[in-house]
Amino acid sequence: MPKTPAGTLYRGREGMWSWVAHRITGVVIFFFLLVHVLDTSLVRVSPEAYDAVIAAYKNPIMGLGELGLVGAIVFHAFNGLRVILIDFWKKGPKYQRQLLWSVIGLWFVTMVAFSIRHLSVVFGG
Amino acid sequence: MANPVIESPRSGRVAPEYTRRGSSKGNFEMLAWLFMRVSGIILVVLIFVHLWTSLIDGEGIKGVDFGFVAGKWADPVWQIWDLVMLWLAMLHGTNGVRTIINDYAEKDSTRFWLKSVLYASTVVIIVLGTLVIFTFDPCPVIDGVAHVAPYCPAL
Ligand code: HEM
Ligand code: HEM
Repeated sequence: MPKTPAGTLYRGREGMWSWVAHRITGVVIFFFLLVHVLDTSLVRVSPEAYDAVIAAYKNPIMGLGELGLVGAIVFHAFNGLRVILIDFWKKGPKYQRQLLWSVIGLWFVTMVAFSIRHLSVVFGG
Repeated sequence: MANPVIESPRSGRVAPEYTRRGSSKGNFEMLAWLFMRVSGIILVVLIFVHLWTSLIDGEGIKGVDFGFVAGKWADPVWQIWDLVMLWLAMLHGTNGVRTIINDYAEKDSTRFWLKSVLYASTVVIIVLGTLVIFTFDPCPVIDGVAHVAPYCPAL
């Protein structure tokens, strides 16, 4: 047996790449959440401390960071629902590829709508 | 490319030496698997609404400041909302990272230390986040100076 079989049902195909993306986005959200609870806890230090840190976040670079974070969450959420459908819905495994394309389509529509709103707040009035 | 046909591994009766029952670890892994799915469904609602309030509604991110948080946490519904979101997201994320550590850290000692750091961080963040929600004071007096805001009593 060669060590890396080329193209099985799973390896190297949609199922694997969506799993890689699910894993990376999960870790990114986790580390964001650790920092997020820490910065929110500044409301217990003083209103000024909280406002100073939040104000430092209000710039275009962080605005783009928020866009990336929301992109990661929306993918992880939609693909997570796909994983749940594959596990619990009788036809889930059969349609897992179509489900992935639905995830990508819904992700795209959500992100276009969100970008219009968020970027106009970040870059405009 | 024709896909090879693979028999379902669960068809037919399972020989006793392959059943998963009766191991000393009990059902923990199965419960963890189920928890990931149940918490995931609830988190979609909790987090999407949270993002709506903080990034889209009103003035979007521009509207977020101390007064915004005070306004939200004046309502017990949002306190409970954030509390449940904190606990579920942290436990879901911690269990997910535990899986990833088990996958990649091959040495027993490495796994042990990575997981110790993980669990310690989880406890600190959950305790801190819970305390922050329930000890929040919208009109604190710091070093004798009262916070000034329209919703605070004038001294
Ligand atoms: C950039 C996007 C985000 C912004 C601007 C934001 C903003 C805020 C704000 C202003 C608060 C204070 C309380 C409130 O408004 O309800 C808060 C609390 C909280 N957020 Fe977010 N949030 C974001 C993303 C997230 C995400 C993705 C999660 C979950 C993974 C999350 C989880 C929480 C939790 C658990 C709390 C309560 C913290 C505590 O107990 O001290 N947030 N967030
Ligand atoms: C928005 C709603 C969410 C849904 C629907 C969801 C769904 C899921 C599901 C079903 C799994 C299990 C995947 C599997 O067993 O193969 C999973 C794994 C994971 N989730 Fe979430 N999740 C959500 C939010 C979050 C949040 C807020 C975090 C971080 C705090 C997170 C971090 C992770 C991690 C690290 C894994 C492990 C990934 C792996 O083992 O490859 N998820 N998620």
